[in-house]
Amino acid sequence: MMTLLNLFIEFFKTGLFAVGGGLATIPFLTAMTEKYDWFTRRQLTDMIAVAESTPGPIGVNTATFAGFRAAGIHGAVTATFGLVLPSFLIILAIGRALQKYKSNPLVQNAFSGLRPASTGLIAAAGWSVLKTALSGTDIMGTISLPAVILFAVIMFLSNTKKLKSLHPAAFIGLAAVVGIVVGM
Amino acid sequence: MESKKTSCKDLFSAFFRIGLFTFGGGYAMLPMLERECVEKQGWTDREELLDYFAIGQCTPGVIAVNTATFVGTKERGVIGAAAATAGVVCPSLIIILIIAMLLENFAHIPAVQHAFGGIRVAVAALIANAVIKLIGKNVKSPLAIVLCIAAFAAITFLSLSPVLVVLVAAIAGISAKAVAK
Repeated sequence: MMTLLNLFIEFFKTGLFAVGGGLATIPFLTAMTEKYDWFTRRQLTDMIAVAESTPGPIGVNTATFAGFRAAGIHGAVTATFGLVLPSFLIILAIGRALQKYKSNPLVQNAFSGLRPASTGLIAAAGWSVLKTALSGTDIMGTISLPAVILFAVIMFLSNTKKLKSLHPAAFIGLAAVVGIVVGM
Repeated sequence: MESKKTSCKDLFSAFFRIGLFTFGGGYAMLPMLERECVEKQGWTDREELLDYFAIGQCTPGVIAVNTATFVGTKERGVIGAAAATAGVVCPSLIIILIIAMLLENFAHIPAVQHAFGGIRVAVAALIANAVIKLIGKNVKSPLAIVLCIAAFAAITFLSLSPVLVVLVAAIAGISAKAVAK
């Protein structure tokens, strides 16, 4: 019961403070790995991979997965409900005054600070994922050379003109095959 | 167009399809939203959808949920909003639960572990690309550069709470504009 309550509170906070869509929820999930033993950073990275290659909004997918890891099906429903509730309430509250809200100088000024900060938060989460992904599986956690090479190749491929518009799942699939072949 | 009353079932099933057939959320949802809400149901028009997205980026939370709540409220008030939101969330819940349960059974297989070893690298690259794009879009002014670096450092080196970072950034944005005046 305690876990469910904590899950609800943590994901409500995530839904309330994550600005700028799905990826913006990841810094909050990274923070959860430090506070609770619901899932590890490595598991979080796996969850993001699944969230990016299955249908549905990334934020909702990750919340469902994280909630399941923490407390089974009840956890999945609780985390998702917690994540969604702030958006739901805020939009209901703003209601018909949407246009007014959007052009309100206070809101605009706040978001002129929020957007770059949110970018920095996602970068920090990305850095943590990168460290996890490139470290070897041995206890020393030294850098794995095949992982570094694969990272460079995917960065190159995903930024070449013809492949840029490929779906993320294509790169995830490719990396899975390489992972099995190389034995990462 | 003949105006007929939209039922909650219509809202739920339209947004269920939107949730089921969009990968990634955000702007990737736009074509599917247009098909369901504009072309098929006439609940809104393209202009208004783009407005929803603009507002969705000025409110916290998941953009898909924001849009579902907007359209639902407009058609059927609070109950409609709940129906549309439940619709957009349900496919994720079902699909992720199935995958999570399967993974729990197969996670110990070495091939699966190796696959995820590779997949983690791909995820790191995808997030790196997203960050590069976000920096180009959001980090232009000197204040924005400072806030972006400070947010990164607060998490990476000081392990501060992201909630705190978000609150400070909002206050910084408001007070910077006030000082500029």
